[in-house]
Amino acid sequence: MTIPVLEITNLHKKFGEVEVLKGIDLTMQSGNVVSLIGSSGSGKTTLLRCVNLLEDYEDGVVAVEGEQIGYKQHKGRRIRLKEREIARQRAMTGMAFQHFNLFPHMSAIHNVMLGLIKTRKTPKDEAYAAAEGWLDRVGMKNWKDHYPGQLSGGQQQRVAIARAIAMNPVLMLFDEVTSALDPELVSEVLAVVKDLASDGMTMLLVTHEMQFAHDVSDTVVFMQDGRIGEQGPPEQLFHNPKSERLAAFLKNSKF
Amino acid sequence: MDIMQALDAIWSARWPLLDGFGNTILISAVSILLGTPLGVGVGLILSYGNRVLRFIVRLYSDFLRGTPVFVLILACFYILSIVGIQLSAFQAGVFALTLFCSSHVGEIVQGALKTIPKGQTEAAKSVGLTFFGTFFSVLLPQALRMILPTWVTTATEIVKASTLLSVIGVVELLLATQQVISRTYLSLELYFFAGLVFFLINFAIEKAGRFVERKVSLPN
Ligand SMILES: Nc1ncnc2c1ncn2[C@@H]1O[C@H](COP(=O)(O)OP(=O)(O)OP(=O)(O)O)[C@@H](O)[C@H]1O
Ligand SMILES: [Mg+2]
Repeated sequence: MTIPVLEITNLHKKFGEVEVLKGIDLTMQSGNVVSLIGSSGSGKTTLLRCVNLLEDYEDGVVAVEGEQIGYKQHKGRRIRLKEREIARQRAMTGMAFQHFNLFPHMSAIHNVMLGLIKTRKTPKDEAYAAAEGWLDRVGMKNWKDHYPGQLSGGQQQRVAIARAIAMNPVLMLFDEVTSALDPELVSEVLAVVKDLASDGMTMLLVTHEMQFAHDVSDTVVFMQDGRIGEQGPPEQLFHNPKSERLAAFLKNSKF
Repeated sequence: MDIMQALDAIWSARWPLLDGFGNTILISAVSILLGTPLGVGVGLILSYGNRVLRFIVRLYSDFLRGTPVFVLILACFYILSIVGIQLSAFQAGVFALTLFCSSHVGEIVQGALKTIPKGQTEAAKSVGLTFFGTFFSVLLPQALRMILPTWVTTATEIVKASTLLSVIGVVELLLATQQVISRTYLSLELYFFAGLVFFLINFAIEKAGRFVERKVSLPN
């Protein structure tokens, strides 16, 4: 069997004394699309952020393509990797944020080029051409010279997604990429994500859009108090929930 | 006040006055050009340094901002020579003003960095930027835009403070003017003239600052 793109084993994460991830196990193969659903505070965002080490984790292993993220074992002890190593690992995964987090002082295309130039050391003209191609892919090529402040939320999010996928990540992480958007802008962003999914991109996404999770994923994971409450194919989770909690959660969401 | 007489005195003293003017510009420019990057370093450490480094730089900055520039200049000139560092009056003065500038720039840089949303750093990290990559490509350009107006004010403060170098014998514009006064006794006219020149220097700095501000402001 091939090495999984993402393999999380027994992941534990605390904020101070509060344990918010209480032993997560999750494996993703290349091309998998996994949606994380669950009520507010159940740990979805935190799980995503542990995968690219925006949060440190205390116990367990997060491995991307077989390589442990953030730490190495040395004489039985766990040591945090050097900043430069971690930076390299972070570039293996791409992340799209709820609030886009575009760099306001750069035009759309320079937002996309930054990682290519600084991290991948791509020559400027090549980076420009590549960035232009990715902006085209998300339907933003005509806006390449616009600054984030000149774009709508949906347009900003599409540029942010282009910025992430331009790095050619093995895994894309999406954290509620539509929840900060006006309702009429949601579909343009979901269409982009769907397009990437159908193109075979491996992705782990947190979403409150149940219909979207249903349509796009091959596995849905229901998070509950820092644990995986239930997981399986969308048909099963959405139409035959095993637990009371999931049934109640689904009833309360729009689905 | 006899304007013709004053203009005449200024004209015949034009070379020493121009010398003083040149020194004022040189002192101010060097102090600002050295003090600003140093101040960015101060702001960087105050924001992200480890505990020990932060403590030391905090002391540095608080001390410099809490001391009158006048005292700072005297200290750099007299005390440094006692401990064996021989600086000319000019060097000591520029050194003092550079320190002064760095502490002020450090504070405003730290303040600006604090207001940049955490998401900026996270987005930079997520595309693989290191700490310094993030700082120089993402945080600093935003911080510099924010501090520009305050930085311009600091620059004008430095120009004004450069007159204090006259007490350790640096012949900048004020001392040059005083020397002319001691020969001509036209104190009112010449002080007025010097004041006008200082005003014009700072006016130019503020205009230039506005211009740069417009140039780098982000479209929205
Ligand atoms: N930086 C932090 N410091 C302390 N506690 C935190 C921090 N970030 C998250 N938490 C806590 O961790 C728990 C899980 O938060 P998380 O953001 O992962 O939930 P979530 O499932 O993404 O929720 P939502 O649907 O509201 O986005 C919550 O109880 C939250 O209050
Ligand atoms: Mg969340």
